[in-house]
Amino acid sequence: MGRLRRTTELSLIVLGSLIVAGAYTLASLGRNASIPANLVSFLGIILALLVTAHLATRWLAPEADGLLLPLAALLNGLGFVFIVRLAGERGVPSDLPGLQATWTALGITAYVGTLLFVRKTRMLDRYRYSFALAGIVLLLIPLVPGVGRQINGARIWASIGPINFQPGEFAKIALAVFFASYLVEKRELLRIATTRIGPLHLPELRHLGPLLLAWGFSIIVMVAEKDLGSSLLFFALFAVMVWVATDRIAYPLTALVLFCGGAYLAWTQFGHVQDRVSIWLNPWEDASGTGFQVLQSMFAFATGGITGTGLGLGDPERIPEVETDFIFAAIGEELGLFGATAVLLCYLLMIGSGLRVAMRADAPFDKLLAVGLTALLGFQTFIIIGGVTRLVPLTGITLPFVSYGGSSLLANYVLLALLMRISDDTAQRERRRLEAEANPNTIQTVSA
Amino acid sequence: MNRQIRRFGVLMMALYLLLFAQLNRLQVFDAQALVDDPNNTRPIVRDYGQRRGTITTADGTLLAYSNELPEGQFRRERLYPEEHLYGHITGFFSFNYGAEGLEKQYNDELSGKTTEQAFQGIEDLFADRDNTGNLVLSLDHDLQQAARDALGETRGSVVALDPGTGNVLAMWSWPSYDPNLISSIDQKTSRAAWLWHNALTPSPLIPKAYRETFFPGSTFKVVTAAAALDTGNVSGTEPVYPSAAAYTPPLTTSGIKNFGGSSCGGDLFEMLRVSCNSSTAQMAVEEVGPENLTATAEKFGFNSKPPIDLPNPAASVFVSDYGPFNRTNTTAAGREYDVFDNTPAFAQASIGQFETKATPLQMAMVAAGIGNNGRLMEPKVVTEIRNVDGEVIETRNDELIDVVMSPASAATMRRAMVEVVADGTAKVLQTPGWEVGGKTGTAQIAAGKEETHAWIISFAGRPGEFAEIAVAVMLEADPEAGQRTGGRFAGPIAKAVLDAYVAKQPAG
Repeated sequence: MGRLRRTTELSLIVLGSLIVAGAYTLASLGRNASIPANLVSFLGIILALLVTAHLATRWLAPEADGLLLPLAALLNGLGFVFIVRLAGERGVPSDLPGLQATWTALGITAYVGTLLFVRKTRMLDRYRYSFALAGIVLLLIPLVPGVGRQINGARIWASIGPINFQPGEFAKIALAVFFASYLVEKRELLRIATTRIGPLHLPELRHLGPLLLAWGFSIIVMVAEKDLGSSLLFFALFAVMVWVATDRIAYPLTALVLFCGGAYLAWTQFGHVQDRVSIWLNPWEDASGTGFQVLQSMFAFATGGITGTGLGLGDPERIPEVETDFIFAAIGEELGLFGATAVLLCYLLMIGSGLRVAMRADAPFDKLLAVGLTALLGFQTFIIIGGVTRLVPLTGITLPFVSYGGSSLLANYVLLALLMRISDDTAQRERRRLEAEANPNTIQTVSA
Repeated sequence: MNRQIRRFGVLMMALYLLLFAQLNRLQVFDAQALVDDPNNTRPIVRDYGQRRGTITTADGTLLAYSNELPEGQFRRERLYPEEHLYGHITGFFSFNYGAEGLEKQYNDELSGKTTEQAFQGIEDLFADRDNTGNLVLSLDHDLQQAARDALGETRGSVVALDPGTGNVLAMWSWPSYDPNLISSIDQKTSRAAWLWHNALTPSPLIPKAYRETFFPGSTFKVVTAAAALDTGNVSGTEPVYPSAAAYTPPLTTSGIKNFGGSSCGGDLFEMLRVSCNSSTAQMAVEEVGPENLTATAEKFGFNSKPPIDLPNPAASVFVSDYGPFNRTNTTAAGREYDVFDNTPAFAQASIGQFETKATPLQMAMVAAGIGNNGRLMEPKVVTEIRNVDGEVIETRNDELIDVVMSPASAATMRRAMVEVVADGTAKVLQTPGWEVGGKTGTAQIAAGKEETHAWIISFAGRPGEFAEIAVAVMLEADPEAGQRTGGRFAGPIAKAVLDAYVAKQPAG
């Protein structure tokens, strides 16, 4: 079972690397009409990195899902190709590929490290409040004077010495762990309504309290940091996890009402929220000003059409922030509807794999954590792709594994490792159970 | 919890389906509208910044090239070193206002987009080959300059053709414009130039040499004479018309008078030599008729767009319908001919008035067709397209439009036009050692108006041989200049172009 999964994983990784190397070559041909001189070393490095991750998985989580790592690797590689292709174009720094390669290496280190340190998911369950605290602290860091920095209107950056990072990317994982752990313990209590307020049946407030506090706190911080995308992401994460844990649709609905109220309040109180909404409704109103970015993104998709302009042959550098939040528009332009749909399918497959991990998990905590982590990945992708295609108002967050950005990449590799850990735990327990059923004598011998 | 997880999976599927639907909207259904969106400058900036071939004259004068820019929104800018001189030929290539002239006509060749250029071999897939095409024109820089210098700041046009090939040797109209301004990458300059050029009347952007028609006046008589010769009823010396001050066609009392109230008549040679209105009109009515004259005019190119490789050339006009059959009349020689209800208008049309209108290019084609002994060639501006290495990738062949008249008629016509130069209204064209033919025209633009279009058409060749060059000059009617005759005003300009041509030929 485990061996087959790992073999599948390795072959998919090799296939993915070949696709990425092919894309890398095409992008170079499209841009400079030359086959990149470092093609072999490039292919060597990605293969080395991914094979490292694969070997670590073989060693540390041998029976984990075989699809997640290759999918993440493919997305990461494709993103890297686009970052290489964009670097040096107007407004895009030319040192990004080197940095992104370093971040990828660090991301894979974080992946291996996570698998190494988190040997059993129960370890996470044990430190529930530590995670809550860690999440809150991480969220607060950007607001600390001298450490926090505001870039492009959002105060989500922290600078400590030479290192800049977005603590929120890690906070979301910490909070997902906390929610999962807390909800598993309290879910029976939360299912039982003891208090009635009008048509709403509510459980005792003291059970709900810490949860609401953690959630409300994160929302408030988001508003203070003007990071609407993350705010939306946290809301969605919370709503989904409570609903899955309790099967009470009242929770997500209440949360939705709360969120809508909060959103309306934010809309009346904050200029930047109003701007986002009016840009979404009519970007043409200020086509060369506030609407410029999303219009350029739409034009990029339209230019790409069904088959795309070809790698390196479009002008995605016309979109501000194309290397981070808007990288999907570059994919849409140069790879067309086909390429963009393929990327969507990669994410859907990852979500499917994540949910399969959740379904198979036997421990409620594992189940809930897997759902939470998958929801983070799925919603974050939806929010940013929806934003750049003007399906929903644009809120700046990164496209997992694809966008340029160290924090995002690191956090998503940690997320991936946790899903792998859950998957491996489940499979190992299942195998042991099956073995026990097949050889009842063994157990007798052991117990004797 | 598995039930909820499954439902959550369905929710995610639904959300991603929405994303997929939105992608389809942007990339398929609304794609064209977004590409055409006025706020979307991508297509233009992209086209504008791309590599583009050069345009040079036959003698290697650089007319247009793209200059690489190290920075800014555009990668390249389009420059025209000769400024006004070839504005109507090259046209412009503007970020805001599209393209004109050869830049428009040969856009695919210049940018390397034709199938042959874009893909010349399998190695093109791997190498960034500069596949742009460089246009080599038939125009001669010396002749073009001579035309400009001779015309000066008089509104008018000069067209010089090589009758044997159809090559355009010179094509100049004043007012012209400097394409550098509208093609400027500086948006303000470009916009200001565009608005200013369009505000002027007449707009210098209009290449009148091939895109505007004028009454050709007496220059059209050569078409009438050619048609007359081809009927077989007329020769150079028969019939002979009595000298008269005017000819009054049937069904009217208003006569066609001769220039300056003089009397004239005689045979075909004589009527062309002195440009006799009365006898030409009479010959047209009695010996040619609308059907034959329309046929000959259309062979020369009237009533259809000339097949020149410049955008939107104007069709010259000769009206073919002169009303229903009215009656049969008899000539002095006793031959019967048909009279139509509008025969008086036909009489006017036959001498280049009524609704007969021609571009200067068309009248140059008339002279060229006769000078080339009846074989009218397609006029062309581009002779070949070369790749960046200077190799010819396309040669534009000389194409025959039509044999506009029999060789015998053509020989007579050539002789008749040579006599106009030897001892007629076009004496100004006389060039020692060369056989020069010509025909002048002075066209009224409206009854009661003093000012006239002044025309001359001509051809020149070595004695006894077909013509090597045909020139048409037209000066537009100008109220301030009053009446200007073709011989006196247009003639010297044609002569200057002929001289420039002759000066370049080896003595022989």
